[in-house]
Amino acid sequence: MNTSRVILDQVTKSFSGHDVIKGVSLEVKKGELVVFVGPSGCGKSTLLRLIAGLETPTSGRIEIAGENVTYAHPSKRGVAMVFQSYALYPHMTVEDNIGFALRIKGMPRAEIKLKVRAVAETLQLGHLLHRLPKALSGGQRQRVAIGRAMVREPDVFLFDEPLSNLDASLRGQMRVEIAGLHARLGATSVYVTHDQVEAMTLADKIVVLNGGRIEQAGPPMELYRRPANLFVATFIGSPGMNILPVTLAGADRDQVTVNTTQGPITLPRVNARVVAGAEASLGLRPESLSLTTAGQGQLSGYVNLIERLGGETFAYVALKGFEAPPIIVRLDGEVDLRVHDEVHLAIDGQRAHLFGADGLALGHAPDTKERD
Amino acid sequence: MSGASIYASRRAGSLYIAPFAIGFLLFTAFPFIASFILSLTDARLQDQLGDAHFIGWHNYAGMWADATFRKSLGVTFFYVFVTVPLKLAFALLIAVVLNFKLRGIGLFRTAFYLPSILGGSVAIAVVWRFVFASDGLVNQFLHGAGFGGINWLGEPSTAMFSIILLRLWQFGSAMVVFLAGLKAIPEDLYEAADLDGASRLRQFWMITLPLLTPVLFFNFIMQIVQAFQEFNGPYIITGGGPMKSTYLLPLMIYEEAFKYFNLGYSSALSWVLFVIIALFTALAFWSQRFWVFYAQERSDKGGH
Ligand SMILES: Nc1ncnc2c1ncn2[C@@H]1O[C@H](COP(=O)(O)OP(=O)(O)O)[C@@H](O)[C@H]1O
Ligand SMILES: [Mg+2]
Repeated sequence: MNTSRVILDQVTKSFSGHDVIKGVSLEVKKGELVVFVGPSGCGKSTLLRLIAGLETPTSGRIEIAGENVTYAHPSKRGVAMVFQSYALYPHMTVEDNIGFALRIKGMPRAEIKLKVRAVAETLQLGHLLHRLPKALSGGQRQRVAIGRAMVREPDVFLFDEPLSNLDASLRGQMRVEIAGLHARLGATSVYVTHDQVEAMTLADKIVVLNGGRIEQAGPPMELYRRPANLFVATFIGSPGMNILPVTLAGADRDQVTVNTTQGPITLPRVNARVVAGAEASLGLRPESLSLTTAGQGQLSGYVNLIERLGGETFAYVALKGFEAPPIIVRLDGEVDLRVHDEVHLAIDGQRAHLFGADGLALGHAPDTKERD
Repeated sequence: MSGASIYASRRAGSLYIAPFAIGFLLFTAFPFIASFILSLTDARLQDQLGDAHFIGWHNYAGMWADATFRKSLGVTFFYVFVTVPLKLAFALLIAVVLNFKLRGIGLFRTAFYLPSILGGSVAIAVVWRFVFASDGLVNQFLHGAGFGGINWLGEPSTAMFSIILLRLWQFGSAMVVFLAGLKAIPEDLYEAADLDGASRLRQFWMITLPLLTPVLFFNFIMQIVQAFQEFNGPYIITGGGPMKSTYLLPLMIYEEAFKYFNLGYSSALSWVLFVIIALFTALAFWSQRFWVFYAQERSDKGGH
């Protein structure tokens, strides 16, 4: 049996000669929640709209639930979409909005009422059925939009930045609700966002898009642990990965040495093809750096700025001799540190990243194998 | 000194609004009041106004006994009730078509708007007379196609038809307003409906039309007011005939004053027309609550 619900095969899309999607192939398995993430304008919405059938691919093939739907009408694909703007019909009540698709299908009124009521209860909209959208809060509108998709019981749910119009606290709350809903319904879903936190927390699989291409696809933690390139490395994670310019010095079977302005650093690393003298980037996440005493550690610098968030503290450290902007170090909430303090930093070599001049990852730490 | 400058700026301010104020008083307020006073007299155009006598509501009271007035009123209502819905429907249809995203659609939009710029002018009314004359364009075409000609302007029903057609021909301004209204409906509502499998026709009835009702309402008011005031068509093309079959009220008002010199009676007729238009407009405004949907809560009604 084919467990893939959505398959894209070498899909491209151009708008009047301007290539927006440049050959995307991917697979969404049954029950999976796949998140497309990437910077604004990278083609996430376009890709989602191609799956929905609101756009037609320039070339390539799209399959949903085992059927070739590349050129099928949106209503014939078994997909339901939650729009960024919610796209609620402003002149219809919540009940009519949710029941719209069923009404179009010609379902008897009594049956529609039952189904709408059931969906509304799931989404805690039961008491709002007779309101117009304009009399709802942002979060309630969002839920109506989701209800409208749910009532159709589609093969695939499509979400286009569903939370981007909500304020921060509501966004967090709806994120949890969507995660809960997905866990309960187990519905195959494709979810678009530019927010990597949403991607990390919701996704079974993240697809990082950039300039109409897939940079990397995989489970959230795999992308976090083993970003395939600089783009993914800096995009995933908050605060972002620190990138330091280095030159490659040499490599053994299981380690690589790089030269920095503060001297050589040796990292455990396998499968790295190293050309001595070549430029490279050392990637260090804020949590893979730690404070140590003078004479210890590989890097040192001065504290520029301290952000205390309570449970954790971020220190911005200007490294001695580096042109690069200050690096961010994640420390304990109670750490005793002041601006202008000199600090010495130890690198967790297992969690350090190395990228060649072409931006691609140079090998990987020995214990970060791909997990399936 | 400051007092003087305030005084000076007030005078300057008054000067700026003077053109409008004078124009309004002279050409709107004065005729408005004067015509009402005249309507209560037996003033005649050729006499000194001082010779006129105050005769109270006599002009109004006698109106219903005037067969010409009854005929004109009937013709006017017929004209309005036929042209307004037809014109709105036609303008909406063209607007919907021109709203399709097609190559070169801008050219078509302009082309379809042109008749309206020309349509209301006297020149087009004159052209219209030639088009429908017994040896006019339409008849020549009919002859060419092997049919007998029709005496368009000589028969009551076809004469009315030709001035109705002239009105429909001026659909452009209503169409442009509809087009703007259509553009204001978010595209994603249709995309959502597409996903739900709603056909274009159902999308029109269930989404477009309800969301277009504010624009429809505006156009409806404009068309009602304009249709009741139609003058050029009957005056130039048919002269109100044959047998008063196209004798719209504005034409009757004009002829009573400037052909029969009954200034008092003509003024009374103007006031009747004014009241009729006011009543219909009021009725339309009252009916709004039943069929006009405003997407935004209006701020003057207060929020919730
Ligand atoms: N209908 C369209 N016509 C022309 N260009 C488009 C159209 N839709 C999207 N684009 C372009 O495609 C690119 C990607 O758009 P989109 O998929 O909306 O990006 P994202 O959702 O990732 O922010 C943008 O540069 C945008 O301008
Ligand atoms: Mg987008």
